[in-house]
Amino acid sequence: MTTTPPDADPRSPDAVSPSGRKTRRLIWMLAGLFALTVVATFAVLLLYQNIVTRKAEATQHVFRVVELDDNTVDPELWGKNYPRQYDSYKRTVDIVRTKHGGSEAFQKLDEFPVWRRIFAGYAFAVDYREERGHAYMLQDQLETERVTHFQQPGSCIHCHASVIPAYMKAGIAAGAPRGEDHREEQIRKGFEVMCAMPFSEAAKEVSHPVSCIDCHAADTMDLRVSRPAFLEGIRALARSAEPTPHLPSIERWRKEEKPGRDYDPNLDASRQEMRSLVCAQCHVEYYFRGENKLVTYPWSKGLKVEQIEAYYDEVGHVDWTHAETGAKVLKAQHPEFELWSQGIHARSGVSCADCHMPYVREGAIKVSSHHVRSPLLNVAQSCQSCHRVPEKEILARAEAIQDRTADLLRRGEEAVVSLIVRLADAKAKGADDAALAKSRELQRKAQWRLDFVSAENSTGFHAPQEAARILAEAIDYARQGELAIDARAITIPEKSDDRAGAGRPPSELK
Amino acid sequence: MKLPRPSLRVVLIVLVVWAAGVLGGLGAYTFHYAEGLSYFSNDPKACVNCHIMREQYDGWLKSPHHAVATCNDCHTPHAFIPKYLSKAENGFWHSKGFTLQDFHEPIMIRRHNSAVLQKNCVDCHSNLLEGLNPHAGDARRMLDCVHCHREVGHGPMK
Repeated sequence: MTTTPPDADPRSPDAVSPSGRKTRRLIWMLAGLFALTVVATFAVLLLYQNIVTRKAEATQHVFRVVELDDNTVDPELWGKNYPRQYDSYKRTVDIVRTKHGGSEAFQKLDEFPVWRRIFAGYAFAVDYREERGHAYMLQDQLETERVTHFQQPGSCIHCHASVIPAYMKAGIAAGAPRGEDHREEQIRKGFEVMCAMPFSEAAKEVSHPVSCIDCHAADTMDLRVSRPAFLEGIRALARSAEPTPHLPSIERWRKEEKPGRDYDPNLDASRQEMRSLVCAQCHVEYYFRGENKLVTYPWSKGLKVEQIEAYYDEVGHVDWTHAETGAKVLKAQHPEFELWSQGIHARSGVSCADCHMPYVREGAIKVSSHHVRSPLLNVAQSCQSCHRVPEKEILARAEAIQDRTADLLRRGEEAVVSLIVRLADAKAKGADDAALAKSRELQRKAQWRLDFVSAENSTGFHAPQEAARILAEAIDYARQGELAIDARAITIPEKSDDRAGAGRPPSELK
Repeated sequence: MKLPRPSLRVVLIVLVVWAAGVLGGLGAYTFHYAEGLSYFSNDPKACVNCHIMREQYDGWLKSPHHAVATCNDCHTPHAFIPKYLSKAENGFWHSKGFTLQDFHEPIMIRRHNSAVLQKNCVDCHSNLLEGLNPHAGDARRMLDCVHCHREVGHGPMK
């Protein structure tokens, strides 16, 4: 390297070693500079590629790789066109417990054994598991001992499967007119046919849990409600005079279009309302009406607990006769929509989807998460877009509401069980129906209210004050019921066998 | 024997100059493709280039201040040098966040940007605020106008 003769470089004839070193340093510097430029260029190209990707994402193309229509139930097919939504939809298989609920199928009867007693004589006393995510709704229904050990009607399938195409098929088979214009008639007819079937028969007609078609129209992806029991229920609500500040389209319809036609959410409701109504197709209180077990949402007097009760009293509906007390009692289902309707979020125009299916970003794309779940598992996306408070604080606030509701629930359970014990005792001691009538009626009222909040899946969060009001009433009615058992009506001492001679003062027989 | 050393130097110099040119060109094109110049403007559209602030932009379109103030009027200092320093600082964090996708969702204003915002409220509404001392810029004692008037910039919250 240093063997160059002194005269090799004419520009530096005598400085062999210093000049050679300088040259070498320059060469190294140039080489280093070149390497740096290479790295920098590489980085710039990476950035460029990143920007290209983001820009491409922002255009939000939908590639229609499969044709979808109103008969496409299989969500996998929809997933080919809408892969992002499908990805999150599939994650409803996740099983996570929250403090008071979640999506793990724990046995509520073991967690809160009082409910065995409250449900005595009813299938729920045998199996009452917490429901899992959407992905399991059909499987859970097929597995529950309420179905495997008891005869259930086809009505259950209304909300435990993606059922609309099956309804349409059954409706056409039963004589409903063909063609797209008659879709609602076909569904209605099929619904009537399938409700009247045994559950095991109806279950053969369906194959998927809730699917894309249950909330979306295939051609436009618009939100759409199709379930006949919901349409009937919401129309009955619209025809009532009950104020619906959280559903302005109903109030508008009452003012403007009443004479013309029924309220139709698919025509009248705003998109924001639809983001709740699609959920209200199933997350509601219901009962099976008449011989044909038609699923019916009891909303014609309003959505509040006592309005629904008044409806049930009017039609004389009884879910079962309590095995211990003989009271004709009601079972609340999962009145999420009803309780939410009484809450501040509904009143402020916040929909179900805003919290349970919040918008999430994937690169530059914004999609509504189809991983429907508890907002407590996703506080940042679900709550913080409105509530600019640290996540921990939001979670603490929500849990405070739920803890308080849970405390009231435990007290309510105690009160109702206490009434059941007293009633059963009085009955065993020979009190007759007339003497127990008032108290049984109060059991029905107390138990209905307690169950309304207990079966509802937010532990009071959807409407905290309303939940507390309902539970206060439950406790009050239960204690009133205890007072209403007239000790004088129980005239036979426990040990006596001679009940026939029991004399009751006529004044007690109201 | 006369050629190698100078020629290696020359070759290297040419190579470095060429590489620098390529870097410059690619950089300039990337800058152009990323609409880099738009960030020096006052056009609110520049703020939705990356779509993250689409809601904020949409809200502003329908807000009471739409006619009188753009993004920069409220969110960057009004003096020239602090304004571009603020743009540079925020621009860096925004680019980093968007490129690496590691930012908090939903996005929230940072404390010192809140102070900038507050100063700007006072700057325009000084007549109205005479006699009041909202401590603009003092993050600890600041009375935050938008705490109550949160709808002025981005329209009503849902």
